[in-house]
Amino acid sequence: MTVRFRLDDDELALRAGVRELLGRCFGRERLRAAVDAPGRLDRELWRTLGTAGFFSLRLPEADGGAGGGLPEAVLVFEEAGRALLPGPLVATHLAADSVPGAAHGETVVTAVDGELVEWLDAADTVRGDARGAVPLRSVDPLTPLHRLPADRCPAPDPVAVLLTAAEQLGTAGRVCEMAVEHARTRKQFGRPIGAFQAVQHLCAELLVRAETARAAVYAAAVTADPADIAAARLLADEAAVRGARDCLQVHGGMGFTWEADVHLHLKRAWVRARRAGGSAWSEERLAAALTDGPVAVSGAVDGEALASDVTDRGTRG
Amino acid sequence: MDLSYTPQEEEFRARLRAWLATALPGLPARPSPDDWPARRAYDLGWQRMLYDAGYAGVHWDSSPVLRLIFLEETERAGAPYVGANFVGLLHAGPTIAAEGTAEQRARWLPPILRGEQVWCQGFSEPEAGSDLASLRTRAWRDGDCYVVTGSKIWTSHAEVADWCELLVRTDPDAPRHRGISWLALPMDAEGVTVRPLRTLAGPAEFAEVFLDEVRVPVAHRVGEENDGWRVTRVTLSFERGTAFAGEVVACRRVLTALARAARENGRWDDPVLRRALARLEAEFRALWRLVQWNVSEAEAAGGVPGAGGSVFKLRYSHARQELYDTAADVLGADALDLDRPWVPARLSALAYTIAAGTSQIQRSIVAERILGLPRGR
Repeated sequence: MTVRFRLDDDELALRAGVRELLGRCFGRERLRAAVDAPGRLDRELWRTLGTAGFFSLRLPEADGGAGGGLPEAVLVFEEAGRALLPGPLVATHLAADSVPGAAHGETVVTAVDGELVEWLDAADTVRGDARGAVPLRSVDPLTPLHRLPADRCPAPDPVAVLLTAAEQLGTAGRVCEMAVEHARTRKQFGRPIGAFQAVQHLCAELLVRAETARAAVYAAAVTADPADIAAARLLADEAAVRGARDCLQVHGGMGFTWEADVHLHLKRAWVRARRAGGSAWSEERLAAALTDGPVAVSGAVDGEALASDVTDRGTRG
Repeated sequence: MDLSYTPQEEEFRARLRAWLATALPGLPARPSPDDWPARRAYDLGWQRMLYDAGYAGVHWDSSPVLRLIFLEETERAGAPYVGANFVGLLHAGPTIAAEGTAEQRARWLPPILRGEQVWCQGFSEPEAGSDLASLRTRAWRDGDCYVVTGSKIWTSHAEVADWCELLVRTDPDAPRHRGISWLALPMDAEGVTVRPLRTLAGPAEFAEVFLDEVRVPVAHRVGEENDGWRVTRVTLSFERGTAFAGEVVACRRVLTALARAARENGRWDDPVLRRALARLEAEFRALWRLVQWNVSEAEAAGGVPGAGGSVFKLRYSHARQELYDTAADVLGADALDLDRPWVPARLSALAYTIAAGTSQIQRSIVAERILGLPRGR
């Protein structure tokens, strides 16, 4: 049977392999240790990621890469987002073919992105003009940020938008699991809070947003269409930010503590939502797609007159 | 992750597209929404055309992917919707096909496929909406007949239906899911009264059906006595699966038309409105991918629509309402004029978060059946 638009065995194995690797080299203890040592990038971890092919994933095999495409990259970055892996992952990944050492984790590459630069002090190479950058007290303990005097960003690289969306998807999936785990085990009024519909429905919406974003992100990885990527980004941002908020709410008072990991997901989701043109670039890209006329569905182009309304069908009972 | 189609599927698409191009110009004009007999004739006529062209059973015997291609292409070509054939083709028919005897299949299925008979659905009752299993319409056994008394509501096309797939309570003492049976009720039977039900959208899209000691032969029961709940669930999940795929295509067309209208009336220059339209474009692109994802999952599961249908229904019903609310922002004061495009559709969209399981029920289904949370209260 054809596998189609779902994960095939190779993709499932890739996802499981990356999850296992990150669990081993960046588990919860390492995550919390990193939170306690802000600004320090673990170069050994970076080399481990390099050796595992994290940055060289899409390089041709002849150049020492894995010859992977965007679908593989999206699965790997989804796992990175899930694990809250720190560092300028997207910028280094995108520099794998041009900056020596980037592909194998020897060099840390960051990039100017709009008015912000992530991990400027820890990076060996900065792409773009970072002159005049001043540090700010980053809201995310795991992402040091510098602020530029002006927006020096050309149009964002769609691949950077897509990989950021994949990281957001990782957060969206993880916060859904965290909310459900907590709702199952936390008891109040003599029963698990997950037995209360008000809590159940928050959890259901977490899943709905994550799964809708998943379809959009994976499809954009297959088509590589900039409008599909823009759509994926908007859906994934919403699923991550809104999802982390609802997860925090499900955790109650525990969710407001530093000790719980929920806030780390929310803060990282906020940082990612500002990357690569933010939502504005993607919205305008889609607005432009709307006025280009033809609407592409399943790859085909529909050039017919589009004036008609949806027939009023009522519903069926 | 693969979004490509097999050569056989592409050939199916090309053949269908070519047929639609020749068949659609020959269609009669669409009847007025208030003219029920004309609507019945139009919808049955379309089904007959599908039958003659070999597409009548596409919802029954094709793979989920071919069904998706069929829905996508017919919608893109502006072909008629299933309309009055909805229950026959998508609920009662598949139920009879799966659970009926050879005689029952031979009696009821060919007229549905040939576009000769209309079915309606007698499930919901005034006191049994989301809680369908609490239905109270009673059927007593009297010789080789059931005697049925009760009332049904939200029955589409009841005025022009030949048959009604009816859920009745045959054992009031059994646990509520276990005492229900599925009957095929002839709508011209003595004791059946149909009263149109006017909705907030204006035209009478639905009806109430009153049953007063209606005699239904026992031979009209599909499945075992008291097994009607299981019999029904065989097909109920379809409505949350691919059934709305064509509508997603249609919503994207509406969105394109809205963008054009906004550019013409100058409201496109308002970044808030422009970006709201862009976000809807993102939404419906994603929903189309979600349909493809669910169809791939269903295919892998042997054709059974999975739990992804509830996820889709929750998201789609909300998105459809957002679409027409945003249409109202494009229209400005014209949004209050029932004769303007999109205004009637804005009203009927209000049913989407209620019909076929309210959003609240769907969230409970997602929470309990997919996420495995304890049963709620």
